Amino acid sequence: MDLFTEGEPIHDTRAPDGPIEERWDQRRFGGKLVNPANRRKLSVIVVGTGLAGGSAAATLGELGYRVKSFCYQDSPRRAHSIAAQGGINAAKNYRNDGDSIQRLFYDTVKGGDYRSRESNVHRLAQVSVEIIDQCVAQGVPFAREYGGLLDTRSFGGVQVSRTFYARGQTGQQLLLGAYQALERQVAAGTVEMFTRHEMLELIVIDGVARGIVARDMVTGEIETHTADAVVLASGGYGNVFFLSTNAKGCNVTATWRAHRKGALFANPCYTQIHPTCIPQSGEHQSKLTLMSESLRNDGRVWVPVAKGDTRAPGDIPEDERDYYLERRYPSFGNLVPRDIASRAAKSVCDEGRGVGPGGLGVYLDFAEAIARLGRDAVANKYGNLFEMYERITGEDPFEVPMRIYPAVHYTMGGLWVDYDLQSTIPGLFVIGEANFSDHGANRLGASALMQGLADGYFVLPNTISDYLSGGPFEKVGDDHEAVVAARKTVTDRIERLLSIDGDRTPDSFHRELGALMWEYCGMERTDEGLRKALDRIRELRTEFWGSVKVPGENEELNQALEKAGRIADFFELAELMCVDALHRAESCGGHFRAESQTPDGEALRDDENFAYVAAWEYTGEAPVLHKENLEYENVKMVQRSYK
Amino acid sequence: MGMKLTLKIWRQKDGADKGRMVPYELEDISPDMSFLEMLDVLNERLILDGEDPVAFDHDCREGICGMCSLVIDGTPHGPQRATTTCQLHMRHFQDGDVITIEPWRAGAFPVIKDLVVDRTALDRIIQAGGYVSAPTGSAPDAAAIPVPQADAHDAFDAATCIGCGACVAACPNASAMLFTAAKVTHLGLLPQGQPERYGRVTAMVAQMDAEGFGGCTNTGECTAVCPKGIPFETITRLNADLLTAARRS
Amino acid sequence: MSWTYPGIGHNFPDVASRSNTVTAPRPPRAAAARPGSVYRSSVGKKAVMAVTGAILVLYLVAHMVGNLKVFLGRADFDHYAHWLRTIGEPALPHRVFLTIVEVVLTVAVILHMWSAVSLARRARRARPVRYAVRPAAREHRYATHVMRYGGVVILLFVIWHLLDLTFGAVNPRGGGAEPYDKVVADFAPSHWYVTAFYVIAVIMVGLHLRHGIWSAFQTLGLGRRRRQRGLRLFAGTVAALLVIGFVSVPVMVTIGVVS
Ligand SMILES: Cc1cc2nc3c(=O)[nH]c(=O)nc-3n(C[C@H](O)[C@H](O)[C@H](O)COP(=O)(O)OP(=O)(O)OC[C@H]3O[C@@H](n4cnc5c(N)ncnc54)[C@H](O)[C@@H]3O)c2cc1C
Ligand code: HEM
Ligand code: HEM
Ligand code: SF4
Ligand code: F3S
Ligand code: FES
Repeated sequence: MDLFTEGEPIHDTRAPDGPIEERWDQRRFGGKLVNPANRRKLSVIVVGTGLAGGSAAATLGELGYRVKSFCYQDSPRRAHSIAAQGGINAAKNYRNDGDSIQRLFYDTVKGGDYRSRESNVHRLAQVSVEIIDQCVAQGVPFAREYGGLLDTRSFGGVQVSRTFYARGQTGQQLLLGAYQALERQVAAGTVEMFTRHEMLELIVIDGVARGIVARDMVTGEIETHTADAVVLASGGYGNVFFLSTNAKGCNVTATWRAHRKGALFANPCYTQIHPTCIPQSGEHQSKLTLMSESLRNDGRVWVPVAKGDTRAPGDIPEDERDYYLERRYPSFGNLVPRDIASRAAKSVCDEGRGVGPGGLGVYLDFAEAIARLGRDAVANKYGNLFEMYERITGEDPFEVPMRIYPAVHYTMGGLWVDYDLQSTIPGLFVIGEANFSDHGANRLGASALMQGLADGYFVLPNTISDYLSGGPFEKVGDDHEAVVAARKTVTDRIERLLSIDGDRTPDSFHRELGALMWEYCGMERTDEGLRKALDRIRELRTEFWGSVKVPGENEELNQALEKAGRIADFFELAELMCVDALHRAESCGGHFRAESQTPDGEALRDDENFAYVAAWEYTGEAPVLHKENLEYENVKMVQRSYK
Repeated sequence: MGMKLTLKIWRQKDGADKGRMVPYELEDISPDMSFLEMLDVLNERLILDGEDPVAFDHDCREGICGMCSLVIDGTPHGPQRATTTCQLHMRHFQDGDVITIEPWRAGAFPVIKDLVVDRTALDRIIQAGGYVSAPTGSAPDAAAIPVPQADAHDAFDAATCIGCGACVAACPNASAMLFTAAKVTHLGLLPQGQPERYGRVTAMVAQMDAEGFGGCTNTGECTAVCPKGIPFETITRLNADLLTAARRS
Repeated sequence: MSWTYPGIGHNFPDVASRSNTVTAPRPPRAAAARPGSVYRSSVGKKAVMAVTGAILVLYLVAHMVGNLKVFLGRADFDHYAHWLRTIGEPALPHRVFLTIVEVVLTVAVILHMWSAVSLARRARRARPVRYAVRPAAREHRYATHVMRYGGVVILLFVIWHLLDLTFGAVNPRGGGAEPYDKVVADFAPSHWYVTAFYVIAVIMVGLHLRHGIWSAFQTLGLGRRRRQRGLRLFAGTVAALLVIGFVSVPVMVTIGVVS
């Protein structure tokens, strides 16, 4: 059987023509509006309350639409965005260091290794400026200079200082801003909040998205919610690897269910491995913790020159240390983009020069920064990160260098969307990490927060009106056959999971699947490995459906049942990821195929054959590949170099 | 060679159930495990034994989402200061320890199941006024509003509240004062928060009372357990604002 | 589809339509809507307690100073007690000032207790199910126990104290005697248990105030991080001075320095 077949290419992404700087203005001007008085007659479901979903629901509520907002946590404030540490980019050029919208655009396209869409990225850079204004107005306590003005710092992969931050808790502060705006709308009655609700199915009627099926996680009730449009902002799927920096509940269910209903899934294999995570300490590990990459601004990465050097870091003299990033990439040094830093760490560890338990770690050393800036200044900048590190490892980074190792962090792939952020199912919009749109094959640090808020505050509310202006839409009753069928899919699946009563826990499957994905579809991928993984995933999936044990019943808070449902979807996604990784026989950004590298081990792109977005269609059997060709009119495609 | 522990865990099937303490024995617990990983081990065992695993809230497991919530030996988030349960590691316990685990206890936080409680009351306190009314698109340039660094600093300290509710769990009065005060202080110290400052504090305190939380009597237990070290000073600031609001009305 | 305006939209930029927003969110329920409600809130009750507490503290300071006149001798002390009843004469009728003080004190004590009781009851309702394990003392168990149970002890003391020295009902010399005699009779060495009771009560008052004075500053919004040490010191000092001042009288009488 073929792994996949190829279908029609995608031609229209709905981006306006004309000079790139004017496209967004044009789109807003060209899009139809909805009369304010009619907005309250239109309803929108927003799944997810992270930066993308929270800001979208709040803004749509402000505009006067009737919004229903969903999240699986007990409060919208707990969405995974809360954990983002480092910062958010914006082309404000407050530092007068040569930044501009054009440069942010360029950096993002280059950082994404020429696998993202120019129009989208340019719009992102344009809107970035407004995001900071909006957040400051909401009271987000960004870091400030003595004069009371906003402070910025620089982040991996760029040479300007354009990252706004709130100590090491930028995501938290931005999310609280969006959350507060959202709660304000809840109080105003425009947004209805459904916490502890998990979306388990998309309702599609006559090819158009009209609602969702959700499970009330407290009572187990299966509810159907219909609306005039559905927005998915359900985040990334990095948890397919079991160990990742994502929150434990992050899942692919919402987007995967939509994929099964016809939405194309784009570039699933593009995953970002973050270079600065705390290494795993044992089998019991349930997740990995990221140390903000801002640490690389002042910390220096090194390993011993000699293999198997087990001396304490302090006992290794300067000339026996290899500051390998500074050595290999003199102009970017410790600030090379994530994919490069991660792979470099892996390669020194593969050489046997890794440090810590199992040799899976490299040092991130602050001794020089402490000497240069003073202990207080360092504590001021990174205090809470140091504490976090100490809490987990029991070691004090002021005394001993940190140990870090790469971990899965972000997924650039996601549901395919057009310029309007609409998926291939009309009425289904996808925003934030859940879509594939802006980061190409690799995301620059501090750009996910930017994208989430750009989508939610500014892009979606403007583009969705064009779709909604096509209303009023026919009302859909709970007894509509498509609604009944969608609900039945959900109840059947739950019943099946509960009835297997096998002898393995859901987590044990998840762990095994994750290890498999990390091994074969992680930092480095090969044709052979991916084929092996595909076989094994299928076996494991069959085993799952034959011998998983889910205790309890549906009509209660049942965390094992929640998990099992998510893992079931991860199995299907994992397969598609491997197929995608296998078919893309080039290296680009976060996707490194061992077969495609330069003589000195850098990723080697193949623009001739792979300058396209791979959008996959679900068939139940071999997926169908639809290519969207990427054309670069404003940025010249060159081999990335951070030397 | 891991640790051997006895856990006494509050089990309660749902809101209607009365609930009880149930003891469990665990062996081979690594000191590098986090407290929640230790519970994961227990739960996997319970599943295989055909028993109901222990329900507990958690998500980020890195101390920032505010989802985890266990009272460990009488102390919310356990014995280590300024640490959430998910960040607490087993190296702070000894071989042979008996550990009691209970849910947050407050009338305003009804138990949903086992160790999971309903904290939506905190969201409703925010709904009452814990925001700046700045609809999308209406913002002036970010640099147009300078904020003195010291104010920005204090506002930030207050803004780091993760909404976990440990303050309520620890307070002898089950008061949500520290949580409420953190938001009032965060927004009240910034220029953006000024126009709504006094209406906000009045409405938030009224909501806090309406939810059935206790009143604060300056006990200070809350700051002692707060994983983010929200300072007691925020409560004083709330009081000051509320009295000013009363005088102005 | 009839209600959309395909072409017209172009003439109305976003901002114009926003000013038209259908649902302007309600502002937070403002205090102005229900005047006085602030004082009925949990924070308001605390403020009532702080203000009445402050009145009581001021009274205690004056009372202590007056008591110390015992050391100046019988004449001075009785004269002082007499003077208390004639303040403001002839402008004010006899004993009016003292009556005003008594009324203010009574109202203050009632409000103070009403707040304390209603907060305590609210606290009880706020935690219907107690914890199985109580942690070892953390911060200020003090504040709940000493303040609440201590307050009750103080109340009992004051009742007895009034019966004793104001009305003389339980005083060995009866109600008609001069204050100096009543005091000396009360704390005579043979009545050492009365002295002991006073001492204990006054120490309770001291403990109450050590936290109470600090607490009142917080409640009234006057505490700041940088002032914490100063405030604790101030509260401790006032409380200590009051205890020493009050205790000195019965103790000196008992050991015979004053007779
Ligand atoms: C540790 C860490 C640090 C990071 N630091 C940075 C940084 O410094 N800068 C930066 O730019 N980016 C950073 N990122 C990336 C960034 O945080 C995320 O990409 C971004 O926050 C995603 O936002 P989102 O709104 O798309 O989704 P999320 O915040 O993940 O929100 C998903 C929402 O969907 C809901 N949901 C999911 N599935 C369902 C379902 N089935 N039913 C109902 N609801 C559902 C969840 O409840 C949640 O509300 C970091 C990521 C991590 C893991
Ligand atoms: C009649 C019996 C009394 C009772 C039952 C009582 C009870 C209380 C209680 C429960 C508190 C709250 C403390 C807290 O939790 O912070 C309090 C505070 C206080 N009390 Fe009393 N008290 C009594 C008498 C007095 C007296 C006689 C004085 C003065 C001399 C006084 C002065 C104060 C002060 C200043 C406070 C602080 C108020 C605040 O915290 O804002 N009390 N009292
Ligand atoms: C221990 C030392 C004390 C002594 C020797 C003492 C003595 C007296 C005397 C002699 C009187 C009668 C005054 C008069 O009728 O003219 C009096 C009244 C009073 N005392 Fe004390 N007292 C002491 C402590 C206290 C304390 C600790 C309190 C309060 C907590 C207190 C509260 C009062 C009150 C409320 C009155 C009544 C005032 C009035 O009726 O106007 N006393 N005291
Ligand atoms: S104030 Fe502290 S304890 Fe209370 S909710 Fe916030 S973070 Fe948790
Ligand atoms: S513990 Fe409770 S009494 Fe006040 S100071 Fe904290 S809320
Ligand atoms: S699980 Fe997020 S704070 Fe503990």
